[in-house]
Amino acid sequence: MIAHSVFFYIFSLIAIVSAVMVTVSKNTVHSVFFLILDFISISCLFIMIGAEFLGMIMLIVYVGAVAVLFLFVVMMLNVAEQKGQWFSSRWDGGTHIPVGLLVSLIIFFELIIVIGGWKYKPDLLNSLSINISTEVTNTRSIGNVLYTDYILLFQISGMILLVAMIGAIVLTYRERAGVKRQSYFKQISRERDEGVDLVEAKRNKGVKIDA
Amino acid sequence: MLSIGLGHYLTLAAIIFTIGVVGIFLNRKNVIVILMSIELILLAVNINLVAFSIFINDLSGQIFTLFILTVAAAEAAIGLAIIVVYFRNSDTIRVEEIKNLKG
Repeated sequence: MIAHSVFFYIFSLIAIVSAVMVTVSKNTVHSVFFLILDFISISCLFIMIGAEFLGMIMLIVYVGAVAVLFLFVVMMLNVAEQKGQWFSSRWDGGTHIPVGLLVSLIIFFELIIVIGGWKYKPDLLNSLSINISTEVTNTRSIGNVLYTDYILLFQISGMILLVAMIGAIVLTYRERAGVKRQSYFKQISRERDEGVDLVEAKRNKGVKIDA
Repeated sequence: MLSIGLGHYLTLAAIIFTIGVVGIFLNRKNVIVILMSIELILLAVNINLVAFSIFINDLSGQIFTLFILTVAAAEAAIGLAIIVVYFRNSDTIRVEEIKNLKG
């Protein structure tokens, strides 16, 4: 139990510090790396609490795909070094800072109030739908539910991914001028008349080929 | 203090959520950092769902987290594509110079 709490505090401290560094650090590449660290520590927390499948999926999806995507875009756009302070504005003289801090503080205290209210009323917890059984593994129980009760949602999320893929391709596709590429239809539909030219060669004159 | 309960996880999620909101509000330099803050917010929501799912012994929270993961990945892909197109068109992704919508 003590080990559990010690690891919880270590991982959550790393997660909070790296989340702060994501928003604060001047170099965008560093923020992407801190985002990766954040995801890794949170997935360690998930594995520790008993949701192994989600922790592993989090590692694969976020660290393996999304963070690398961010890294690609940051390095492709060549905007890694942010000039000057990250929060200073050029025009409005910094009025957004107190407003933003105020709104975030209000949101934070609302969340804390909700958590406190939840702790005082533990009898609200009797609306269970799918119990976690201790006999089968976490992955297996998720699969049992995901492919039966939630199959429609599962397929719809597949459609969402397809639409996102097509949308990303359509958004970033551009036709460049001056690129030579094959035209299969033109190649196949070529006829003898336009391809071969028969020329009568006269003696001592040669053949003049007009380009 | 030594026994970790639901409140600890919820407090961690609240802190990370607030950091994400602060990142969106205060950032004036880079749209990519705003996208990363949105990822942080979604991560906080995932922590909440998983913690409730474990502590009240109900699996549907973890199922929902899977779908949130899917939607977050799709959103990141689309957002980064939009950023790439915008950078190609106007050579900047500074937040304060993006004002085509007069926001």
